[in-house]
Amino acid sequence: MATSAAAGAPPSGVMDALRRLRNGDEVARLITLVFASSILLVTVGLIYQLWTTSALPRRQFGFSFLTSSLWNPVSGQFGALPFIYGTVITSVIALLVAVPLGVGAAIFLSELAPAGISSTFTFFIELLAAVPSVIYGVLAIFTLVPLMRDYVEPFLKKTLGLLPIFSGPISGFGYLTAGVILAIMTLPFIISISREALLEVPTEQREAALALGATRWESTWQAVVPYARLGIFGSIFLGLARALGETMAVTMVIGNDPTIHASLFAPGYTIAAIIANEFSEATGDLQLQSLVGLGLVLFLLTIVINAMARLLIIATTRRGSSNP
Amino acid sequence: MKKNLWLGALGALVVLLTVAEAKVMINAAGATFPNPIYGKWIEEFAKVNPDAQINYQSIGSGGGIRQFTEGTVDFGASDMPMTDEQIAKFKNKPMHFPTVLGGIVPSYNIPGMTQDLKFTPEALAGIYLGKIKKWNDPEMSKANPGVKLPDNEIVVVHRSDGSGTSFVFTDYLSKVSPEWKSKVGSSTSVSWPVGLGGKGNEGVSGVVKQTPYSIGYVELIYALQNKMAYGFLRNAAGEYLKADLESVTEAAAAAAKDMPADFRVSITNQLGKKAYPISTFTWLLIPSKIDDAAKKKAIVGFLHWMLTDGQKYTGSLGYAPLPKSVVANEEKQIALIK
Amino acid sequence: MTLRNYWRKTLSYVMLSLTGVCAVVAVCMLFLLLGYLVYNGWRSVDWDFFTKLPKSPGETGGGMANAIVGSVQSVLLATLAGLPVGFMAGIYLSEFGGKTFAFLIRYMADLLNGVPSIVIGIFAYAVVVVPMHVNSALAGGFALALMLIPITARSTEQFMNSVPQTLREGALALGASKWKTIATVVVPAAYRGIATGMILGVARIAGETAPLLFTSGTSNYMSSGFTQPTASLPVMIYYRATAPWEDWHRQAWAAGMVLLLLVLLANIAARLILARGIAVQK
Repeated sequence: MATSAAAGAPPSGVMDALRRLRNGDEVARLITLVFASSILLVTVGLIYQLWTTSALPRRQFGFSFLTSSLWNPVSGQFGALPFIYGTVITSVIALLVAVPLGVGAAIFLSELAPAGISSTFTFFIELLAAVPSVIYGVLAIFTLVPLMRDYVEPFLKKTLGLLPIFSGPISGFGYLTAGVILAIMTLPFIISISREALLEVPTEQREAALALGATRWESTWQAVVPYARLGIFGSIFLGLARALGETMAVTMVIGNDPTIHASLFAPGYTIAAIIANEFSEATGDLQLQSLVGLGLVLFLLTIVINAMARLLIIATTRRGSSNP
Repeated sequence: MKKNLWLGALGALVVLLTVAEAKVMINAAGATFPNPIYGKWIEEFAKVNPDAQINYQSIGSGGGIRQFTEGTVDFGASDMPMTDEQIAKFKNKPMHFPTVLGGIVPSYNIPGMTQDLKFTPEALAGIYLGKIKKWNDPEMSKANPGVKLPDNEIVVVHRSDGSGTSFVFTDYLSKVSPEWKSKVGSSTSVSWPVGLGGKGNEGVSGVVKQTPYSIGYVELIYALQNKMAYGFLRNAAGEYLKADLESVTEAAAAAAKDMPADFRVSITNQLGKKAYPISTFTWLLIPSKIDDAAKKKAIVGFLHWMLTDGQKYTGSLGYAPLPKSVVANEEKQIALIK
Repeated sequence: MTLRNYWRKTLSYVMLSLTGVCAVVAVCMLFLLLGYLVYNGWRSVDWDFFTKLPKSPGETGGGMANAIVGSVQSVLLATLAGLPVGFMAGIYLSEFGGKTFAFLIRYMADLLNGVPSIVIGIFAYAVVVVPMHVNSALAGGFALALMLIPITARSTEQFMNSVPQTLREGALALGASKWKTIATVVVPAAYRGIATGMILGVARIAGETAPLLFTSGTSNYMSSGFTQPTASLPVMIYYRATAPWEDWHRQAWAAGMVLLLLVLLANIAARLILARGIAVQK
């Protein structure tokens, strides 16, 4: 136990009291330190576990694990490419749908809506963010899949069917549907964080643009939004990180086919979905460890995206606070 | 403070609810193929033997074998008999107990189709290889003269999880299509040339039921219970048959005569005139040595019950009962459990 | 007005209306989707749902009493393990942390927060299920606790930091030791925010499915303790929704509605607590 050397020579009773007080603080510090270190322990343990339990495919396939597109448990060949492809494609679709919608809504809520409507809308949208993934999945199976299968995808095929991404058989299960449900799940994050970023833009920016004769829209789009762009990008990356790791809603609508397809109507697979489906019954160590290897890839991917998101959001707040 | 009080009260309630009676809890996992009848059996067995609780998790044969091997369940279930390599992982060689016979049917969803379609082995293989892409393909029209087949693309559905049903289906396809055998092979988990994956017999029938122009292979009861259409399949003797009690029992008849001692046998594509080509036994995987006396008593009791009273429930659920000779041999095997 | 100015004005009007449309679409989606869920769930839920055990596939009736109890078990375990750890860690980060170590912990907590829940499930499987040789509520609770700890730690830290330094200085000037200050002055000042963070965290893990898939497994029986496979509401919903039987779909709707209402109620309660707290502080 650390004891402080008391400056001077106070009477012994006070010395004892001081020592006890000091120890109390030290004890408190140590206790909370131990709990805080558990976070460190868990994270390190997690990374270690993922790394060691995926040693077999790394040794056997090396780098080609990431580039091979063959997932065949019978012949013992496992490649990660179809899943990385599926994860990336569905997330890209999600962003393509959610970003315009989300940033648009955020602009409306921060610039145009009266404060009452803005906060009510935001309240409801933030509730959307708390809805569990499996519930989105249930809704997707019974509402989105028939919608895509019977209306949206045939329409896209009829009008844009010449493009390879809109060709092929339609079942309602596939990359496009998964992307759309991911978009719905990512939307609340983008709206909420972009709105906050936009609210932090000082009114001088807006007023200056208007004073120079800009229309309301021009002042918003050319003065306010660029000012908040770091925070908006941060929200996009955050949404992306969430979309990459999303498991249940995706696995219920993606069709579970470990092949790379050009068409968005085709069934596919994401990393999270195949782990959810095959983990509890992987036959043989190689398959199990390949799944863990996939988990490691996903983990690394989300770390990178999350880090970028945080950097962007920190940069906004720092920049915002440094302004007079 | 108040929050802690509430938490404490809730915790006490939960503990009270759960540490209720000291029943023997037996965990099992495996094939989705016999899930409906195992569920029924467990329910009925509990009436005769109330202090054993058997919890069966329907996760697919692949999962059943894996969990059984790892020891996370007390017994497993599979439509694919364990391979020699899988058995080699055990210290004490596990036992296979056939439970019922069942048939796998080509179930499809074609809006407005009132007649049952006929499938040739070539058609089925072609569809699953991705070579036959539309319902009105010549191979299908040939087998179904006079039927107006739609010009729509076939949505193929297979299993996404490790499945004994997949094993039996691909085993059949390997026997009737050399191309399938060389390109894909047979196993619980293969690299499917086309199609989407559903999880379990439940998942495949779920997808086929709600997706127009789709086709999927499922155990008969799933098609029956969900009022899904399923087709005739041409067998090795040239007859078009639907899976039912007689045709599935017929498929097992020949195999019953020379059943190997460990009961591991495939009965797909049998030569019998009325034999349904995609028939199969399904097995319970039982350890040959059970240390826990209470669990052993419950499992042995369940096995005996299954071979006698249990067989009575097969008909109403679309499965066929075991041949008498097989039952007799299984009773002998039960005695060998230490 | 010149043509160009007409164009600019019209563009402005159109674009701004579009943003309004975006906002309306976003909120409408919420109401439509969740309304549909509540509508279907309301038609399907009955007293049996809360009291009966599930029936074998193909049979109608039965309920999800075991899933509800199982979920309560896992969430309770996670709460008992995760909240105190997260709370203490948060206090460390805001009150005691030095420069580098605290930064490291903070970074790790954010890292852990961002880990996909399925990967947490893999870790819990390797650490709890494999040595125990059985799926259990313990493993499920462990996985959920791992998710709860970083959330709680960061939100506790955030709200502790928002307490004005003057409060602390005042207490210290009166002769209180640091830990006494924390315990009797700072924490009570921040308790609304901390409680909000805790409630939101628990609501979040209550809805998680992926980490439970291969840790607590499934069961058709009422749970018999913490070391056996246990049903849970989200996992049941998943299996029921992907099956073909209409009755199982019905049950998925009912369970989904119950889960959703619980999560939403917790969220609304938490926000109200926080809002009132801020009003009081002002």
